[in-house]
Amino acid sequence: MEVTLDELEIERPAEIKRIMGGFGFQRRIAALGLRVGKIVRKVASEPLRGPIVVEVDGTRVALGRGMSMKIFVEEIEE
Amino acid sequence: MRILLMGNPNVGKSVIFSRLTGTDVIASNYPGTTVEFTKGTMKLNGERAEVIDVPGTYTLEPVSKAEEVAVEMLHEGDVVIQVVDATNLERNLYLTLQLIEKKVPLIMALNLWDEAKHIGIKIDVKKLEKLLGVPVVPTVAVTGEGIKELVSRLPHARISVYRSTDHEKWGDIGKMIAQVQSVTHRHHTPLEKLGDLSIKPVTGIPLSILVMYLAFQITRFIGEGLIGYVFEPLFELYTPLAMKISQLLGPGFLHDILIGTLIKGEIDYTQSMGVLTTGLFVPFAMVLPYVFSFYLTLSFLEDCGYLPRLAVLIDNVMHRLGLHGSAIIPMLLGLGCNVPGILATRILETRRQRFIAATLTAICIPCTAMLAVVVGLVGKYGPQGLGIVFVTLFIVWVILGTLLDKLLKGESPEIFLEIPPYRIPYWGALLKKLWMRIKYFLREGVPYVLLGVFIANVLYTLGVIDFVGRIASPVIVGLLGLTKETAAALIIGFLRKDVAVGMLLPLGLTMKQLIIASVVLTMYFPCVATFAVLFRELGVKDMMKSAGIMIVGAILVGSLLNLIL
Repeated sequence: MEVTLDELEIERPAEIKRIMGGFGFQRRIAALGLRVGKIVRKVASEPLRGPIVVEVDGTRVALGRGMSMKIFVEEIEE
Repeated sequence: MRILLMGNPNVGKSVIFSRLTGTDVIASNYPGTTVEFTKGTMKLNGERAEVIDVPGTYTLEPVSKAEEVAVEMLHEGDVVIQVVDATNLERNLYLTLQLIEKKVPLIMALNLWDEAKHIGIKIDVKKLEKLLGVPVVPTVAVTGEGIKELVSRLPHARISVYRSTDHEKWGDIGKMIAQVQSVTHRHHTPLEKLGDLSIKPVTGIPLSILVMYLAFQITRFIGEGLIGYVFEPLFELYTPLAMKISQLLGPGFLHDILIGTLIKGEIDYTQSMGVLTTGLFVPFAMVLPYVFSFYLTLSFLEDCGYLPRLAVLIDNVMHRLGLHGSAIIPMLLGLGCNVPGILATRILETRRQRFIAATLTAICIPCTAMLAVVVGLVGKYGPQGLGIVFVTLFIVWVILGTLLDKLLKGESPEIFLEIPPYRIPYWGALLKKLWMRIKYFLREGVPYVLLGVFIANVLYTLGVIDFVGRIASPVIVGLLGLTKETAAALIIGFLRKDVAVGMLLPLGLTMKQLIIASVVLTMYFPCVATFAVLFRELGVKDMMKSAGIMIVGAILVGSLLNLIL
């Protein structure tokens, strides 16, 4: 089932299925490793709609809640 | 010849830089925040070559001012050394392909090679070299491994013939990675676990408070130690010489300016107000030790990788002020000196964010010198006095930020940053950075103090200060509840706020007046150096706007304090 990165549970690995938003946004997050087909793991979610932190390719990236809502992922089995 | 060091943030560029260059590093650079560039020189085949440490960038399509600097720099180099994080080759190759597209002679330093091996990443360097068509040298910058080879192969840097179109790039990179890299499964290291704990809110927030508390205590401990054991004894040695000069000069104009007033026949370094007494004592014995200890602590936090975590934790709060978490870094730098703080606002993406961050820094963030002033003025009344000053500044920071966020058009982009793994700082690079920051303080700060004391003394003697004091007295006496004499200190504060301490001390103000004076002095206007940087970073119009906010804010807050306290 596809959910946004925002809704994904902490510590659950998931695969990025599609990314909404403009071309510039897509390119920018791609440069930090967030691309379709990548496996991400949510590490932390700051309270009060603060940013979330994900691990992708062994690095951690913090991104705003709004951005995370444009990234659709599907949970995978570990 | 000019060599550019380019690469993503957190790949160890600055360490490679400090390995390549000697100690004579020229430029202004405020890393964490590598926003300007650092220049140094190295010997290459018996010739001097210039090495430039370019701000980190992920792509050649800049999103922040710091990244713009990086892209502009590209036109000025003869050779680019791309420093690549071997533990994250795929992501770094994107910049490689973009650099190749620009047709610059390129050589790659595959840095963090040991770490990659350690976590089970194997890279076929020969094959990567062949695929990319540029030399690739594995390096471990912190130990110096591979640096010699990097230098010896530097002349072989070349323009690659590799071509890929824009939309194919990630695909091409994927294919390349499949051919050159193999990864064995690995578990998280203890440092990574600690890294995660310090961003999860439940553990990260208490940890951040602990870190900040420790940083503060260490800064104070080192600063006080330096003052008590190094600088004050040095000035005690200097006193006989100063007294000699005083006797030689005899009473008169020159004595007033150079030595100032003798307190009970002795030189009192905080109150005498001479260029050669207070003018030297304030920057060297009161401020420099703290500048040193503050930047030592901050550079450590920066280099070990803690600051981005703090930025994430505080992002929410900062958004209420129209900023995002990364803005905490310029603010922290501003606590040392507002100048690098304001320069560091370049890491922010929009003009609006930079305006808010720069204005808030200039108005509410007391620099080390200012802190010394406040502690000198109010500290003797114990913690409540200091508490009122800092709480007031904090409230102003919140309210003003909120107001600016509401009033200024435009929106605040969200935080988006890489959180680097914790690393043990490389002391060579850290000390080089610390030295640059100290040098900056000595070059920009000290002359202003001397000039400030000098001008203050001249103006006093000429009666100008009294005159201005009379004109400004409705505001200073009426609204702020201060005495007419404080006008002089407030005016001198334009040049250098720390000078003002010595001017306010002998006036016999009450605690309430000292609190108001401290707050007003912090808020009403930045020192000349900061003013110049504001002008450069914001332009005339926004600088005037910012200055207007400061003056109105200072009078308003000062008057309110006068009413409330």
